[in-house]
Amino acid sequence: MEKMPRWADVILIPLISLALAAILSAIVIAAIGESPREALRIMIDGAMGSKYAWGYTLYYATNFIFTGLAAALAFHAKLFNIGGDGQATLGGLGVALVCLYIPWPHWSLAILGAIAGSALLGAAWALIPAYLQAKRGSHIVITTMMFNFIAAALLNYLLVSVLKPIGVMEPATGSFPDPTHLPNFYAMLAPFGIEFSRGAPANVSFLVAIAACVGVWALIWRTRLGYQLRAFGQSEDGAKYAGINPTKIIIITMTLSGALAGMMALNNVMGEAERLVLNATEGAGFIGIAVALMGRSHPFGIFLAAILFGALYQGGAILSQDTAVPVQLILVIQALVILFTGALDNMVRMPLERIFLALRRAPKPVPTPVKAGE
Amino acid sequence: MTDQIPAIELRGISKAFGPVQANKDISIRVMPGTIHGIIGENGAGKSTLMSILYGFYKADAGEIFIAGRKVSIPDSQAAIAAGIGMVFQHFKLVENFTVLENVVLGAEDGALLRPSLAKARKQLKQLSDEYELSVEPDALIEEIGVGMQQRVEILKALYRRADILILDEPTGVLTPAEADHLFRILENLKREGKTIILITHKLREIMEITDTVSVMRRGEMTATVKTADTSPPELAELMVGRKVLLQVEKSPAKLGAPVLQVQNLSVVDGKKVQRVKGISFDIRAGEILGIAGVAGNGQSELLEVLGGYRKGTGTILLNGTPLDLTGAKSDGQTRRAMGIAHVPEDRQSEGLIMEFTAWENVAFGHHNDAKYQKNALFMNNAAIRADTADKMARFDVRPPNPLLTAKNFSGGNQQKIVVAREIESNPDLLLIGQPTRGVDIGAIEFIHKQIVALRDQGKAILLVSVELDEIMTLSDRIAVMFDGQIMGERLPAQTNARELGLLMAGIKGEAA
Repeated sequence: MEKMPRWADVILIPLISLALAAILSAIVIAAIGESPREALRIMIDGAMGSKYAWGYTLYYATNFIFTGLAAALAFHAKLFNIGGDGQATLGGLGVALVCLYIPWPHWSLAILGAIAGSALLGAAWALIPAYLQAKRGSHIVITTMMFNFIAAALLNYLLVSVLKPIGVMEPATGSFPDPTHLPNFYAMLAPFGIEFSRGAPANVSFLVAIAACVGVWALIWRTRLGYQLRAFGQSEDGAKYAGINPTKIIIITMTLSGALAGMMALNNVMGEAERLVLNATEGAGFIGIAVALMGRSHPFGIFLAAILFGALYQGGAILSQDTAVPVQLILVIQALVILFTGALDNMVRMPLERIFLALRRAPKPVPTPVKAGE
Repeated sequence: MTDQIPAIELRGISKAFGPVQANKDISIRVMPGTIHGIIGENGAGKSTLMSILYGFYKADAGEIFIAGRKVSIPDSQAAIAAGIGMVFQHFKLVENFTVLENVVLGAEDGALLRPSLAKARKQLKQLSDEYELSVEPDALIEEIGVGMQQRVEILKALYRRADILILDEPTGVLTPAEADHLFRILENLKREGKTIILITHKLREIMEITDTVSVMRRGEMTATVKTADTSPPELAELMVGRKVLLQVEKSPAKLGAPVLQVQNLSVVDGKKVQRVKGISFDIRAGEILGIAGVAGNGQSELLEVLGGYRKGTGTILLNGTPLDLTGAKSDGQTRRAMGIAHVPEDRQSEGLIMEFTAWENVAFGHHNDAKYQKNALFMNNAAIRADTADKMARFDVRPPNPLLTAKNFSGGNQQKIVVAREIESNPDLLLIGQPTRGVDIGAIEFIHKQIVALRDQGKAILLVSVELDEIMTLSDRIAVMFDGQIMGERLPAQTNARELGLLMAGIKGEAA
């Protein structure tokens, strides 16, 4: 007997968590003397009030879909890949190398090359912690986190000493050549007679992100590999009994997870900046963990959660721009949402389960076959 | 006796967990100086009832009377104060404390330990002499055997002046000799006027030691009778709600060629302890070899090596072909492909993925089988679901719903899913560990029949069980393991529980 209906688990809990985060945020905003109602209006308007707003919201969402899928895939095998940020950083390097050093005739070919390059380097960056976990028992949470710092330092070195064009002050690569520029929503939607905002950064990699959602869903629930990694995640002893090789599963899962995180660079590096800069990921790798938690590690849930977090990012940016609410407080609001939807899941879940049990008991005391007698 | 005041009386106890009614309007009266048995299948609500009595759960309704006085038991402190002592199935002892320290723990007289210990030592001596409860006060718990650990638990209760002693499945971890010793202790306690409640699922123990017995089924107390007036078949029927065969009908074995030959097999575990010490045995086609022994004497490791998830040294031949015991081919997938099926001892952590649905569990370990694939990329989930529905029908799994999560089936039905999956893979050799642990009587009967049917098809079966009755009824040949070695092989017809019990304890004196 499930403790509560599925819709409550999937929809009600995130909504209640979100409401709690909103209430707490409102109190904080009121405490500094701003109107919570007005702040909410500005945030919603800034994130979804116009095509321009949507262009930014979906741009951020694309980042979070990739990193969310990366975290979720690893979750299914009970591996906590905290290194999405580092893997996305390396993915950026892959995109930059592919775009700068290969003469592409058209963006449609360039994006294929960039997918390969970003996935390859992201995967390679996840492979080392995976190997250490599988063969040496080094805890993957620690190693992937440390690899974020190594990735940042490595990129710093490369940008300052190797990839920076001569005579430029800024630690960044040169701009990618024109044929590698991805069409943004304005260019994509123009043929359909829709005039999207010209300046918004959302681009064709959003469609790649949606394809990745479908791909990850099929991988997890339709393939042997997905079956094995879920079995491994649920019970390591069981996996051994069934003849599922733990080393193989850890390595393959982490490689795929790293590849997904790396592919985020299609959006932020290739689609938006069109060159590689320092700290290009802006912490999206960490947001991905919260997105995966809130999305219940299901690709569709991740899609929705990514859009929510995208809106939060964009709405927050507008809020700090238009009001006296300081930037730090925007971070507080975002952190509250992450805290309530991710970390404090049980705080909402357990009382809700009790309510549902009580509700079910009240109308009809079913004489079910007794199981809970132990 | 009827005009006496009962030592303990329950009136109308009810307790629900969510929609599940674990105890329903339960009333019992237990007279002082008697041994009262409570018998029922797993999940019948026995443990819930005792947890209410010991203050772990609060009853939704009902009253408890101790020696005629109404009491409320909100926690275990109150239970102890009311004179109730509990010996749990899994002991609650501090491993690196001495016996004496464990007895005193939680019942110290003051801030200083020394006077308490001195007092306890004196009392312990007294109690030991009185009830044949011999223990070594200064031995560490981790260094003494299970039988003595259990005696420490009983002493703990008596030291806290318990008049009513509840024992939950006390013989599960004991050898037959140790169980006899325990029963002698219980008789002594009874003679001194203590009241004892014995919870068990073993009919034999009820018949042997109790004065009265209550039967529980699905949360209800279905009968309370004098033990002298009842019989095992009648109790079994009361437990299950229908007539059950306690003995499997079994024709003589028709032995074929050797299927499994194990020669000089040794296993060393992760802590460098040698678990299996150079054992050798054969199993022929159409034969059930039963491995008897107290848990933890190397049987689990033997199964794991054969099943392909533990490394070993020595030689194992399957139909004459040597198995890879250490290399790349020493995995479960290779073993299954060679024709070895395995019902593992622990279905909850190994045999099933509890969070997976029934159909996903039917593919477990067989996820690479060609019949479950749609193409090179995808699995054929529809085919697995159809196959699961068939297996559920053939093995009478209830409810027959392939989409239900494994954890939502009862123990017996979970085990049937595992047994169906492994038997229907049509193996040459079936490894089966604790086939009926935590399984209700009705399902036990069914699973035993399936094992015998597989044997009659000419398959070889290695049965490992700590239930001596199960070994005696199913096996065509019995090997007893003790401390990683095979103490001897016997034919069921030419041995008895006493002889096997001695072998299980490592005593070879009466070797025939």
